[in-house]
Amino acid sequence: MTKIAETVNRFPAGGQKVLQTVVRYLLMILLACIMFGVILVIAGKDPIASYKDILSSTLGSAYGFSEVIVSMIPMLLTALAVALPFKVGLINIGGEGQLYIGAAFATFGALTFPNLPAWVLLPLMVILGMLGGALWAFIPGYLKSIGLVNETITSLLLNSVAPKIVGFLILGFWHSPRDTVRTPNFVDAARLSTFFGTRVHLGLVIGLILLIVFWLVMKYTRWGLEMGAIGSNPQAARRNGIPLAKYLVVIMCLGGAIAGLAGMVQVSGFYGTLFPNFSMGLGFMGFMICWLAGGDPLGIVLMAFVVSVIYSGGNLLQLTRGLPYAVINILLAFTLFIVLGRPNFFKGKKS
Amino acid sequence: MTLLSILGVLSSAIFSGTSLLYTTLGEVIDERAGIVNLGLEGVLLVSASSGFAVTAISGNPYLGILVAMLAGGLMNMILGYLAITRKANQLASGLALMFFGFGLSALIGKPFVAVKIHSLDRFLLPGMASLPLKYSSLFKFDLLIYLVIPVAILVWWFLYRTRWGLSVRAVGENAETAYASGRNPRRIRYQALFVGGMLAGLGAAHLSIAYTMNWTENMTAGRGFIAVALVIFSKWDPLRAIVGALVFSGAVAFQLLLQSSGVQVSSFLLDTIPYILTLIVLIAWGGNRRHSAPAMLGRVYQGSE
Repeated sequence: MTKIAETVNRFPAGGQKVLQTVVRYLLMILLACIMFGVILVIAGKDPIASYKDILSSTLGSAYGFSEVIVSMIPMLLTALAVALPFKVGLINIGGEGQLYIGAAFATFGALTFPNLPAWVLLPLMVILGMLGGALWAFIPGYLKSIGLVNETITSLLLNSVAPKIVGFLILGFWHSPRDTVRTPNFVDAARLSTFFGTRVHLGLVIGLILLIVFWLVMKYTRWGLEMGAIGSNPQAARRNGIPLAKYLVVIMCLGGAIAGLAGMVQVSGFYGTLFPNFSMGLGFMGFMICWLAGGDPLGIVLMAFVVSVIYSGGNLLQLTRGLPYAVINILLAFTLFIVLGRPNFFKGKKS
Repeated sequence: MTLLSILGVLSSAIFSGTSLLYTTLGEVIDERAGIVNLGLEGVLLVSASSGFAVTAISGNPYLGILVAMLAGGLMNMILGYLAITRKANQLASGLALMFFGFGLSALIGKPFVAVKIHSLDRFLLPGMASLPLKYSSLFKFDLLIYLVIPVAILVWWFLYRTRWGLSVRAVGENAETAYASGRNPRRIRYQALFVGGMLAGLGAAHLSIAYTMNWTENMTAGRGFIAVALVIFSKWDPLRAIVGALVFSGAVAFQLLLQSSGVQVSSFLLDTIPYILTLIVLIAWGGNRRHSAPAMLGRVYQGSE
């Protein structure tokens, strides 16, 4: 599992190629929509009207569009949490667990220091959230760096542990007096500010800045160069004097920190409270998005947007078509299947 | 705490452990051939919902089991197409399969929420007939429970004592060498996935048709991931998988016992036991390469066209 066979840059710079790539992806999504349409017909629903609903509810109104952006925010971060370790050949599938622990740490800050002013409390929560995610990623990172256990397996196992710890903390210590399954609402100082009367919050800015920083670091710094060297040939990198073990641990922890930040952003910016199973697969979604985008920052933004449109549209499908909300996962899965399987037709002219 | 409640807990642990063991055996076969199926959760859901639906419509639970197995095998074929033929990343393909399963099972199962079914017949464990009724009813198990250990032994026998099993393991260790020795790695991986999917489907069928006897959305609640953990815990060995499933259902039983005896231990923390045990075992075995994972696990077989 350590070796990554394909590291194709799917979103190469340069206008012409970007356009080609975007068209190719749009065609693939169209194919997925046709396949999902067949499923809708089988289920006795009108596919055309369903798609009209999805599009008009997401892209057709300013409010719908803002909701798409809102659901995109944590995905940007969880995808980056996969993309960064990926550069040194680490497969961080533990974003889900790191997100939960990050959210728990941030919640600890919000509940313990409710009297602090926002300009102290929010940075504190950011640091706590990143610390929590980093700690959770340290376990697989360290075990990998000493050559003991593969990071894929450990981070996967820890995914299942983290939500239960969060459940334990909420039920045991943090639940609000009236409600045993969630914490009290955070004070205003512990909430990320929102923009223009929508639910879009500061997390968007954090996510985009981190993606840009990631891009700059990979492209222009020595670290980026060294990480690329480790990713393509770890043994050669080690012989060239790059501190391999240190890189592996630090990068894994950084990835975890970003996923933890996603958890903090979600509880502080979106929910304003912590409850069990709040993530609903955001960490796994980040893994998918990163993989679909080939680890490229711009690709991550685009794929996160597409996934968010699909997910936000699912809400409406539930309301107007009487379908279970989970059914929208089929459309998402078809998109993933097609992009992953990429039929020859879509392969383009690249080798 | 009475003897009755202890026996009741053990009885329900056997029920929940059975479906888990079938699922784990299926994943053992997948992974022995070199394919990690992270979509197991989705496979289970689709099998559980379709098996339940068929049972509800036809009134025949055995037909439902058959359909659930077929559904499991077919779900795994999707993974096979992506990961073997299209050479896509296995983890990403598996997760995509999981999301597909969430959606498809919700669609299949929706008309059958709160429907009652005729479940599998239960037979009394031999030698227990003399017990009073309230005890003996705890020793009534269905056919799938009696068959689970023999099936585990059968899977072991297939993997270690037949040509097919040798091929599966060879492909999982080194597909190139397997190819050089005249085997077709792709076909063998497809076969392993289909058989593994059928076993997972059997586990899911036992869950929805024989154990809970109803369908609720997302009813597997992480069993797919527990099975993936148990495969690692059991070192990819079907016989050790029996032990793994016992440890897990033991932990569940232990938790229920503690609760019924009034001890205040968070069920959330007890739920983490199987994962933490697996982690500890992994670390303890870390240095030992001999019995570790199939060497090509998770790798794409590039092969010659």
